[in-house]
Amino acid sequence: MPTLAVGASRTLVTVLLLAFDTATPAVTAALHDGRSVLAESTEVDARRHGELLMPAVDRVLREAGTKLDAVTGIVVGVGPGPYTGLRVGLVTAAAFGDALGIPVHGICTLDGIAYAAGQAGLAEGPFVVATDARRKEVYWARYDSPRSRVTGPAVDRPADIAEQVTGVPAVGQGAVLYPEVFTGVRTDPAAPVHQSAAALVALAVVKLEAGEDFLPPLPLYLRRPDAQVPAGYKAVLPK
Amino acid sequence: MADEPLVLGIETSCDETGVGIVRGHTLLADAIASSVDEHARFGGVVPEVASRAHLEAMVPTIQRALKEAGVSATDLDGIAVTAGPGLAGALLVGVSAAKAYAYALGKPLYGVNHLASHICVDQLEHGPLPEPTMALLVSGGHSSLLLAPDITGDVRPLGSTIDDAAGEAFDKVARVLGLGFPGGPAIDRYSREGDPAAIRFPRGLTGGRDPIYDFSFSGLKTAVARWVEGKRREGADVPVADVAASFQEAVVDVLTRKAIRACKDNGVDHLMIGGGVAANSRLRSLAKERCEDAGIVLRVPRPKLCTDNGAMVAALGAEMVARGRPASTLDLPADSSLQVTEVSVPGHTH
Ligand SMILES: [Zn+2]
Repeated sequence: MPTLAVGASRTLVTVLLLAFDTATPAVTAALHDGRSVLAESTEVDARRHGELLMPAVDRVLREAGTKLDAVTGIVVGVGPGPYTGLRVGLVTAAAFGDALGIPVHGICTLDGIAYAAGQAGLAEGPFVVATDARRKEVYWARYDSPRSRVTGPAVDRPADIAEQVTGVPAVGQGAVLYPEVFTGVRTDPAAPVHQSAAALVALAVVKLEAGEDFLPPLPLYLRRPDAQVPAGYKAVLPK
Repeated sequence: MADEPLVLGIETSCDETGVGIVRGHTLLADAIASSVDEHARFGGVVPEVASRAHLEAMVPTIQRALKEAGVSATDLDGIAVTAGPGLAGALLVGVSAAKAYAYALGKPLYGVNHLASHICVDQLEHGPLPEPTMALLVSGGHSSLLLAPDITGDVRPLGSTIDDAAGEAFDKVARVLGLGFPGGPAIDRYSREGDPAAIRFPRGLTGGRDPIYDFSFSGLKTAVARWVEGKRREGADVPVADVAASFQEAVVDVLTRKAIRACKDNGVDHLMIGGGVAANSRLRSLAKERCEDAGIVLRVPRPKLCTDNGAMVAALGAEMVARGRPASTLDLPADSSLQVTEVSVPGHTH
């Protein structure tokens, strides 16, 4: 059974990490044993995260010939991403963590995409990751290298961040959607557009080895909830 | 009885994160986390606020329910969840959580209908439901008359509101009167000091040619608002208690009249009333009076089981397990407009 030397003490531990992320249109799940990705599943369907995630988890576990109770930790993308889909991954991770008594490691979704860009050899210098935030906005962050985020994550209208991103190499659907602002968008077929759980879980393994902290498995919403306060009537009675 | 099914139910269709645990017809735990206070300043439930609160509350509420019931998750015979109808984003949090627990624990998953659960919950209070049962469900989201020949598989809609739900009308009238949100408890409280016959507000859809079992509360709400506005324009004091009592009387008069009529027409001698508005004291007393006159047995669960909760979902799940109904598949969708005739949702790959 493969082991992983974890943190500064290089303690050898057996790991089997299940990762998933529902913060982009991809419903993506992967399994990693500390040495390599054993199985992965990625389907792009922005409206069916809730239906597709659990069958995808079941599929990667079966493909790897193992079961959920053998998993030692959950890795989950915490966004930013459209909320309804994002919550599917986070509540699933929290429930698995509770039911199995295993840790849940959160990672910024954009960091997973940045790591994938690095794996594809597309991140030599500084670059930008941007995903679709809907409502004509993007979630975005700047990186010095695939493992080093320098600004963000933030949510903005592309035009408002043009100064910071125009001409900078960029990956992600947000960059693909607004090429007039993200002029450095990578059109290479290997460039990541959505999240890949295989990249996310590989990043998690690197972070575990380095003894780095993870994020708590809580959503990065970045926006306050929409809520209209009705005009209403003035109270006629003292409270 | 230890051989009765032990089922955990999850309810997230609106603003309550409910987790209940039942063994057969016995309630073991009913844990609730409500986001109602976060919605109060908006005067109504804000879907995104509700969904965020469900995510935060889900695991702690499950843990609380298990502790309260004194059972281990591994002992469960199934996990039931509201698959619809309700707020789409809110439902999805509960459905996703239920799938994850069911999958992680190796338990069957039952996606069930929220309305049928409102009926079934009375088994926890008054034992097995006679079949068929007539049900009047009234809340901020629903106003329905349902005939249930089989609570796990055959629930038929006889009538429902054509505009506002009854509870919605309570909220809107409470706002007109400046009584805050949610409106039901405030109207009920003020009504006790008021005269229900002070103002004759209209009874919607009670004319000879109107649909017999459908409801309409929009006209009533407008009539109340107009009456109150008129008083204010005159510079007169608004008799809040009389307005509340007269409005409440108009609502419960129509609800009970149509429910009794439905029982008589269909030869059903049991009426159950559920939903948040079933907590209304005047609805309870008038229904009792009219059922007694008509020789109908009235079943109304205690108020905490009438409002949205996880126990009602667990109750229906347990009944499904007991009757050997098929479980749902892992691709079970959350369906915000699920029809009441779909008592359970099998999932796509069934
Ligand atoms: Zn309800």
